Amino acid sequence: MAGAVTVHTNEEASKRPKHITESAPVKWLLIGIAVLFLALIVLLPLASVFVEAFKKGVGVYIDSITEPDALSALKLTLIVALIAVPVNTIFGVAAAWAISKFRFRGKNILITLIDLPFAVSPVISGLIYVLLFGAQGFLGPWLDERGIQIIFAVPGIVLATVFVTVPFVARELIPLMQAQGVQEEEAAASLGAKGWQIFWKVTLPNIKWGLLYGVILCNARAMGEFGAVSVVSGHIRGETNTLPLHIEILYNEYQFSASFAVASLLVMLAVVTLIVKSIVEWKSGQQKPVEKTV
Amino acid sequence: MLKKVTHFRSVVILLALVLVLAACGQGGNNSGNKETNKPANEGAATNAAATQEPAKEEPKPPVELLNVSYDPTRELYVAYNEAFSKHWKAETGQQVTIKQSHGGSGKQGRAVIDGLKADVVTLALGYDIDAIVEPGLINADWQSKFEHNSSPYTSTIVFLVRKGNPKGIKDWNDLIKDKVEVITPNPKTSGGARWNYLAAWGYALKQNGNDEAKAQEFVAELFKHVPVLDSGARGSTTTFVERGIGDVLLAWENEAFLSINELGPDKFEIVYPSLSILAEPPVAVVDKIVDDRGTREVAEAYLKYLYSEEGQEIAAKNYYRPISETVAAKYTEQFKALELLTIDKDFGGWKEAQTKHFADGGVFDKIYTPGS
Repeated sequence: MAGAVTVHTNEEASKRPKHITESAPVKWLLIGIAVLFLALIVLLPLASVFVEAFKKGVGVYIDSITEPDALSALKLTLIVALIAVPVNTIFGVAAAWAISKFRFRGKNILITLIDLPFAVSPVISGLIYVLLFGAQGFLGPWLDERGIQIIFAVPGIVLATVFVTVPFVARELIPLMQAQGVQEEEAAASLGAKGWQIFWKVTLPNIKWGLLYGVILCNARAMGEFGAVSVVSGHIRGETNTLPLHIEILYNEYQFSASFAVASLLVMLAVVTLIVKSIVEWKSGQQKPVEKTV
Repeated sequence: MLKKVTHFRSVVILLALVLVLAACGQGGNNSGNKETNKPANEGAATNAAATQEPAKEEPKPPVELLNVSYDPTRELYVAYNEAFSKHWKAETGQQVTIKQSHGGSGKQGRAVIDGLKADVVTLALGYDIDAIVEPGLINADWQSKFEHNSSPYTSTIVFLVRKGNPKGIKDWNDLIKDKVEVITPNPKTSGGARWNYLAAWGYALKQNGNDEAKAQEFVAELFKHVPVLDSGARGSTTTFVERGIGDVLLAWENEAFLSINELGPDKFEIVYPSLSILAEPPVAVVDKIVDDRGTREVAEAYLKYLYSEEGQEIAAKNYYRPISETVAAKYTEQFKALELLTIDKDFGGWKEAQTKHFADGGVFDKIYTPGS
């Protein structure tokens, strides 16, 4: 996900003069390889999720996704996404703004820090919170005295999810805002616009597609995160299980149809996300053929 | 500019629609669920009221327990929790809900130490509960709190092989034959794996007239036949059963029965070795947490009820060997009698076994080098 590809459906590529394009067989060979590879590696396994999910009939399918533990997992997943995504959106915009519009010392360190969650393994992302907030951790005893439960409860899951999804929005916006420069904001300021006015009327309209794109990717990861959440969850059924964890539990309990049914829910959430993403790309490509790096 | 705005707006509206749909779907499911649940709840309520009239006078607020358990007890506690809730409601009129958490025994113990608020722990072996004693969460005398060393059911280690036993595995020494692949979890994280390991050790000691060096050689050879070490018993079962890796799975007896039941007797069969080990998975109340939460009474009753006729019956139905003789008598066909070593007599208790074999720098560290 980190290296998500941005497609630019500029007509230019297909309009290139004949003598500098590859011959037809090469073109079809390449397309064929790409399609075959995706079919084998991506489509086939995804399709098998749905086949398995409906193996024992629609009744079992509906039962497994409406069962209280599954619903509570769905609810928790949505709650976590609803907190993690806005938090990271606000942070991402603020960080991107700071990095692209101001000059200050340690800017590169800040960028590196934003990238850090991509670089560390999710298990570590979970363990750092256990070390920090666990009963034997630095802050554990202090929190315990006050009856605050962070690890093995919803706050821990939210924290771990926020941690792994930090880079998405910021990473999407920084190159975009750097490319746009500060001229428009300066122009607005010289015409007497105030800070917030500049943000709402100039900056936000310029970055909105990139922002939306980052939010969508961030959301996809927030709902799908397994490793980090698994470490801090405590796996209490109906309480601290998110959808990905619930799928694993069902699978381990020989309830294959049920586990694939819940998995298909997650796949559908992902498909909706991808459709929205494509629309965003298409719309933004349509109106602004500015080259965007990811 | 105007066009841009409408495009953006349409996407935002679409997003909002998706969210609303998702919320509606969930709401719909919830209400549907409530409706289906209602008659059952009412039924239970009238039932309880009928059996225990005085309970009405002082309806205690509903209470919730968290049982942190190890891997293979999932099915057992689903059944037992339901039975106990009914029993408790009839007895006291109080509604009790038991939440479950499962995983490798050592890992689960670690989670409780790190702050998972378990009212009771039901783990694979005493050592993992002793570990929770150390930070002061459980009183040191936990093992004497309930009968039978606080182990309400026992189990043993058996071999699960593929149908027809193609490699002809009958006893422990068949496991180190050429080209036999053995599946067992990691003794560092899994309780079941530690029982597996000790059973093998005990067998080798006996075969070689208590020669420890020979026993170590045997166990070292055995682990050379292990292609994958999963972290918990259920993971190993899935490796063997689902992914089709290995020729024999060293498994809890209950886990072996369960996989045969769930996945078909036409695929696997159980082999009883000449000698195995008496596994006693113990239970304990987490003293500090029940005192903080005020759940001691119900938590103790919860574990005590495991020893009741009904509790024992549920254990036996889930392929745990009951300790009640009357219940055991009913299941003699299911549980084959075999020679069993015990941890206390043959290994000097868990503390000693743990330090000698599984602690850092112990025998297991010496014999097992990953990838060899």
